[in-house]
Amino acid sequence: MNVSHEWLKAFVPHALSAEQVRDVLTAHAATVEGFERLRADLASFVVARVVETEKVPDTKLSFNKVDDGSGTLLEVVCGAPNVTQGAVYPFARTGTMMPAGFKIEKKKIRGFTSNGMLCSARELGLGEDHEGILELTTDAAPGTPLLDVLPIGDVRLVLDVLPNRPDLLSHLGVAREVSAITGVAIRSVLDAMVPSAAEGAGGDDATPTRAAAGRPAGNVKIVSDPREAKSGGATVRLDDADGCPQYLGAVLRGITVGPSPSWLRERVEAAGVRSINNVVDATNVILHGLGQPMHAFDLRTLADQTVVIRRARAGEKMKTLDGVERVLTSDMTMIADAAKSVAVAGVMGGENSEVTDSTTDLLLEVAYFDPRRTRQTRRTLGLSTDASYRFERGVDPDGLLTAMQTAIALIITVAGGRVDGSVMSVGTGPAPHAPIALRPARVSQVLGAAVSRGDIVKYLQSVGFAVHLGGAADDAAGASLSVTAPSWRRDVSRDVDLIEEVARLHGYDRLPDTIEAYRPTTVPDHPLHVTGRRVRDALVAEGLAEVRPMPFVKGDDASHWRVTNPLAEDEPHLRRSVLESLASRAEYNLSRMTGDIRLFEVGSVFLGRESHAGAGSTGAAVDAASPRGAADTASPRGAADTASPRAGNGLCEEVRAGILIMGARHPRHFADGASPAIDAWDAKGLAERAARAAFPGLAIAVESADEPSLWSISAAGRVVGSVRRVSLDAPIWASAAFGIELTLGEMPLQYVATPGQSAHAGVTPAAKAPTAPVRYTALPTTPAADFDLALLVRDDLPASEVERVLRTSGGDMLETLELFDEFRGTGVPDGMRSLAWRLTFRHPERTLRDKEIEGRRSQLLKSLENQLGVKPRTT
Amino acid sequence: MTLDEFKSAAEALRADGPAQIAAAATIDAWTEARNHLVGRTSGRLSELMTALGTLPKEDRRDAGLLANAVKQELEALLDARHIELARAQQQGPAIDRTMPGRDTWQGTVHPVSLVIDEVVEIFRELGFTIALGPEAEHAWYNFGALNFPADHPAMDMHDTLYVDDLVLRTHTSPVQVRTLQQYPPPIRILAPGNVYRRDFFDPSHAPMFAQIEGLVVDEGITFADLKATLTRFANRFFGATKTRFRPSFFPFTEPSAEMDVQCGVCKGTGCPVCKQSGWVEILGSGMVHPAVLENAGLDSEKYTGWAFGMGPARTALARHGIPDIRILYDSDVRFLEQFAR
Repeated sequence: MNVSHEWLKAFVPHALSAEQVRDVLTAHAATVEGFERLRADLASFVVARVVETEKVPDTKLSFNKVDDGSGTLLEVVCGAPNVTQGAVYPFARTGTMMPAGFKIEKKKIRGFTSNGMLCSARELGLGEDHEGILELTTDAAPGTPLLDVLPIGDVRLVLDVLPNRPDLLSHLGVAREVSAITGVAIRSVLDAMVPSAAEGAGGDDATPTRAAAGRPAGNVKIVSDPREAKSGGATVRLDDADGCPQYLGAVLRGITVGPSPSWLRERVEAAGVRSINNVVDATNVILHGLGQPMHAFDLRTLADQTVVIRRARAGEKMKTLDGVERVLTSDMTMIADAAKSVAVAGVMGGENSEVTDSTTDLLLEVAYFDPRRTRQTRRTLGLSTDASYRFERGVDPDGLLTAMQTAIALIITVAGGRVDGSVMSVGTGPAPHAPIALRPARVSQVLGAAVSRGDIVKYLQSVGFAVHLGGAADDAAGASLSVTAPSWRRDVSRDVDLIEEVARLHGYDRLPDTIEAYRPTTVPDHPLHVTGRRVRDALVAEGLAEVRPMPFVKGDDASHWRVTNPLAEDEPHLRRSVLESLASRAEYNLSRMTGDIRLFEVGSVFLGRESHAGAGSTGAAVDAASPRGAADTASPRGAADTASPRAGNGLCEEVRAGILIMGARHPRHFADGASPAIDAWDAKGLAERAARAAFPGLAIAVESADEPSLWSISAAGRVVGSVRRVSLDAPIWASAAFGIELTLGEMPLQYVATPGQSAHAGVTPAAKAPTAPVRYTALPTTPAADFDLALLVRDDLPASEVERVLRTSGGDMLETLELFDEFRGTGVPDGMRSLAWRLTFRHPERTLRDKEIEGRRSQLLKSLENQLGVKPRTT
Repeated sequence: MTLDEFKSAAEALRADGPAQIAAAATIDAWTEARNHLVGRTSGRLSELMTALGTLPKEDRRDAGLLANAVKQELEALLDARHIELARAQQQGPAIDRTMPGRDTWQGTVHPVSLVIDEVVEIFRELGFTIALGPEAEHAWYNFGALNFPADHPAMDMHDTLYVDDLVLRTHTSPVQVRTLQQYPPPIRILAPGNVYRRDFFDPSHAPMFAQIEGLVVDEGITFADLKATLTRFANRFFGATKTRFRPSFFPFTEPSAEMDVQCGVCKGTGCPVCKQSGWVEILGSGMVHPAVLENAGLDSEKYTGWAFGMGPARTALARHGIPDIRILYDSDVRFLEQFAR
């Protein structure tokens, strides 16, 4: 909302500066987020006095000595005939940029040096007068900024009006606030909206006097009817009272459409609207001045001089004022004449009834259109206007008549003509506000401040609330007040709304800010937060970078949830794996020549789409076909897991940790040469460590898995994630990428309790089961003995099988088993590899004898041969 | 060989030996020196020992004592030198200490997470715990429970992305209602998380961004408590600074207040960062609307509360001087590395 400081003063003759208005509005009503000086181009002009003047013979020029407050008299040549010694004028010093776009420079004219310019009104953009320079009537000292002495420096305050305060979408509404804050009474709407000759700007020839206008509004009568009213040869009929609770029409005849007088033009322009003509500008001034959108029809275009407020017919079409043909639906309220639609109610007029230069007779419309209906209509049409903006927030239903009367006065003032008949009113308006009970004790309970009953009443009354004080008995300090909100406040429905009024008018900054003792919360930390932080800390320590990318992916309707109204058609789906996002981020880095990439994210994924599609078996097929291999293998839920909380549509949200690593294993160091690239073993080890961080105290296993995964990760026997290769759109120099994904937990979507209910019963703060502490193992006191076994192992025999046999046959004294070498090549047959383990044995009480060790060795070799056919590698 | 000759040969060995030992600069040179001096077969000492047998019997004792003393002296020196050399060999040659040390990759926390961590840290000290909720949410939790009237202009502040019959939550406030339904007061929680708006990606808007919600509900909670707690937070987070509260509107709080802190760049005199106002908006807050408490099954006469919400991304942009919010999502490794600690 653009508020003109000058216009505001026409409503409330307060003594605040524009800066002070900004500050008090921000503190008490709504934030002023913009502050623009409208004639900032005149900021560097000053007041200057002509100390000496002397005619230059045979020219129109004068040679002057001018005091501009700088301390030295300046020599200035001037071409105007009216230079008077001792008089003060607007002065542009050298270097000043003129509104016309040129700069004042030091000049030589007929042997005289001119250091600046004395200015005419036209040169300042203040009017057409250029007969002479503009003589100022001011006592201000030379050097005073011009804007301080001329009433032209209006300021535009841009108010951030939130949806609860539609009353602030007008100068009148803002004036009410300023009046409440300053205590300066508000002037009559007519006085503020239709300036008299004395206060009209700048002696414009078209400036009206109220006498000339004859205060026409005062004489206008009203004919009211719930359904139909006739006057001045016109008819107004209400067929859709739901869409339009009240409608006012009035006929003006004999007007002359033409350019607006300058004061009217300035008003609309101050509000940020372009001047069109006197009639349109007048309606816009009503909108920005009173917050009441209105419309003027060319009466001659209305069939039977009739307007009907009715629903649109399905499929009906009408061309709006912006030249677009609109297709209407039957739930839209229209303004029509006897034959056709002429306006979309509350949104925009039709081209067919537009006021033109030749219009002489008007039908003026002032109405209260239903907020919800207006909102639906403008959303359906995708057409938001200043009018729809106000109607959908709710205009002042009790302000319709004032708006109509002011509009009539304004139009007759600027366009002539006369009222024909009475104002026609149909409909009964929206239901009036019911009174609200307000207990002073409740005010203190919410604000933590004792605001006196008297102050509460004062604050509420200052912004138009009616406070019904009961009798003496009811007037006791604790008794409830009965408060009725003013008609323009559509947002007030219960006592807290009134408490907010008291708080803001008292001033938030004046309310106390004492911190009280508090009771501890009953809410434990969410386990997923705890887990997420632990995983994040572990991965950062591993040298990975946390990212927070978007969860939108290209995806596939069969496997991914689609956003109904996506922002980008190329990424309309929600991811089902964090790796989908990480892969795209890796590609982004690769395209910027960064190949050492170690990213992770703890974030949500959205599953359950495939079951929703009713094809439980397609899930795996789709995942396998996915270019990124983004299979849902990290999900801990089996198909049988019906206990899983799901939305009605089957969407299941999980929080996962995703990891993508590729590139050099270490930063390069000169002593080592190039670092080897990250390989599958790095990924496997990292997966295990990450899982340990996520599930402390649980047994973690990383086991071979089916393609496309390399390994699956389980915690205490439950599958919690996977490790896999990630295929990227990568340049040739890029090394292999590996992905790890761990499901940290599910984020249940089901209702905690029925709306309006809680589920507190039976909730006791869950005592966290303490994790079993680590048990101390006595340190060995006897020496260990070890030997190495190099074995020839078939490629298809997993090392884990060999280890199993080594462990089972190794006996109690086998302490550790360390795989330290894998070799293929000379001496090793094709299809086999040499695997070497170091086995360490220890007896808890005594030193092992060589013989015992040797015996153990041969026994192990025998078991390996018998059970697996594995033989030692002989050198 | 006479005894005198023997003695002078032994003394010569005693005189030369130390220098030769000291001169051995490597283990190899030391071995050579040892062999030359006291080697069993061809060393100078073994020559003396051989010569000892040729001396007259009566001289042998003196000569033997002397040879033994020399041997012991030299072996002691050799041992000491060997330890020196071995230690030097372990240390390797003198290093050029200007050359870089061996590095490991540095992990980094995302700048938005850094802000969240700091906020969480401060509120933890004030007794808050962490609550979370789903990002794909029921419309009731996102709007209805939070007192958004159906089809009201307040909805325009929340341009919503829909997924089937769910919404992508437009704020973290649904966690308020979930928490209030699940746990009885006293409630003091912080709910960080991602939220979604149908805003096109541009330098200052993103369709998904982080938010931090705070909620306090108990008997006797007042606006004074809101002001005091949030002011204390601002002072901790931004350093000693001035704050102001001004009227605002959220359907789920009443009264609603926006908290500003004095602009850290211009100290309140007005600059482009604060759009000449001298203040920077930090968070929205307010007293929990009684309708929200009622929607969660609580007695709104008994309990009062306050809530706030802030956007850590904006704080991250401001504090690190990042000009474009999209940089936070690009995940450029060179950007992320700048936040290594």
